[in-house]
Amino acid sequence: MEKEKAIQLKNVCFSFGNAKVLKDITFSADKGDFLGLIGPNGSGKTTLLKLILGLYPLKCGSIKLFGTEITSFRDWSRIGYIPQKATNIDTIFPATVKEVVAMGLLSRKKFPKTINRKDDKEINAALKTVGMDELRNKRIGELSGGQQQRIFIARALISKPDILFLDEPTTGVDQNTQESFYRLLGELNQKGITIILISHDIGKITKYVNKIASLNTALEFYGSHSEFCAYDPEHCHDNIDQHRLCLDRG
Amino acid sequence: MLEIFAYGFMQKAFITGIVIAVACSLLGVFLVLRRYALIGDGLAHISFGGVATGMLFNYMPFASALLFAILGALGILKLKEKTLIHSDTAIAIISYTSLGLGIFIATIAGGFNVDLLSYLFGSILAIQTSEVVLSVALALIVIAVITLYYHDLFYMAFDEESAKTSGIKTGTLNSLLVILTAITVVSSMRVVGLLLSSALIVLPAASALQYNTSFKKTLLLSAAISVSSVTAGLLMAYYYDYAVSGTIILINTGLFLTSLIINRARNGRPLFS
Ligand SMILES: Nc1ncnc2c1ncn2[C@@H]1O[C@H](COP(=O)(O)OP(=O)(O)OP(=O)(O)O)[C@@H](O)[C@H]1O
Ligand SMILES: [Mg+2]
Repeated sequence: MEKEKAIQLKNVCFSFGNAKVLKDITFSADKGDFLGLIGPNGSGKTTLLKLILGLYPLKCGSIKLFGTEITSFRDWSRIGYIPQKATNIDTIFPATVKEVVAMGLLSRKKFPKTINRKDDKEINAALKTVGMDELRNKRIGELSGGQQQRIFIARALISKPDILFLDEPTTGVDQNTQESFYRLLGELNQKGITIILISHDIGKITKYVNKIASLNTALEFYGSHSEFCAYDPEHCHDNIDQHRLCLDRG
Repeated sequence: MLEIFAYGFMQKAFITGIVIAVACSLLGVFLVLRRYALIGDGLAHISFGGVATGMLFNYMPFASALLFAILGALGILKLKEKTLIHSDTAIAIISYTSLGLGIFIATIAGGFNVDLLSYLFGSILAIQTSEVVLSVALALIVIAVITLYYHDLFYMAFDEESAKTSGIKTGTLNSLLVILTAITVVSSMRVVGLLLSSALIVLPAASALQYNTSFKKTLLLSAAISVSSVTAGLLMAYYYDYAVSGTIILINTGLFLTSLIINRARNGRPLFS
């Protein structure tokens, strides 16, 4: 049986005014995939993601989320999204960590939305997952970039998404934190969450993903991790799992 | 001191003033954070055009002001959306156009009369019962809508795109927010006057934001600051015969400076840095 598709793009294009930013993009991700979307600065990665999320109007082609055309997609609680520069927030914005994570619950609430005791427990649990439960009453603007990034992950996770989109999530995060961050993503993926990870740093993410789409206005490469290694050996890194296997054997 | 509540006009002033203070201050927090601080000012100019037009046709100035303000508010949103201009420029364009129209019409209609001026500067001590009912009803609607949509409005103020990807109808909510602002400005024009209604939206919110606290507490603080300023302003106007609207605004400026100093001291920072 063929695996169910999480996202499907067919002949997608986009332009800002006269500037063509995306040309004829066709690829897909199955449920359970960990897909790396890579490409240099300005190659259209963020634009493509915003199209997938319905934030920009589609100009041509078609995009489906879990089999539903994006224009009629309503099941937003299945989607988790961490935007690029999420940590570029207004430092004086009056929101506590708890309030920010609570935003993630809104997609499954019906009008009039309220946050109750049970939600509070969930918020604490989500903060624990990312190791930030002690900071819950701090104002988000007072945290470091890496800490804020974890809070945004908690916000994305609390809606129990089936798919998680991350746009350059580790910009400005130190090496150790990055490692533990990617490990966390790996664990989530093991639990069955589909992950779409954007990065301009090809070398850094190849070891975590099972599929790669390489973008530069047009789609330059799309395939599995091993296919990518044949296509671009220089930027290929062994999958972290294979790596671990080697260590175990050794 | 309680004898002042024996006067019907004082009772009306307190009731209207306090309800409007709450509506303005709650909206203010959302607007200031979204860099829409001056939309109240713009909508006040637009309402002025509406009042002048209403007077020209001898028709309820309140209704025409409301109509102008709502259309103007939506116009500002559309202008910002469809062109690449910033929100403050969009506000300026629509608001000065209406101000020009207001002045133009007022001149045709035989100049600025006392009535028109009372809309500009407010006359809370001379409001009629029907105006009290209307203002209070409108302000209560605003407070109720903000309470019902609190979480969505909060998420949208924090990060509009993420809010949209969690299914929040940001387009509709943006329109709702500016329409509420239009309603608030018009309902407060008799209290502090059109010229200063924007101050009641911006100043308490700006003061509350100095306390660097949670969003919920910021809203409550903003409301508390606003209500205190209106109460104190009315008392001072009664006992010392000061102009109400000016007094309310100056008290707000005082409260802003106090908040600034308190929080600079709390964080161990110098007052100016
Ligand atoms: N709002 C906009 N208006 C006009 N042009 C835009 C806009 N956003 C992006 N662009 C242009 O579209 C192209 C693709 O931008 P995009 O942000 O998608 O790139 P990216 O691959 O995400 O880059 P980065 O690695 O720097 O994040 C760039 O040339 C950019 O200048
Ligand atoms: Mg980008």
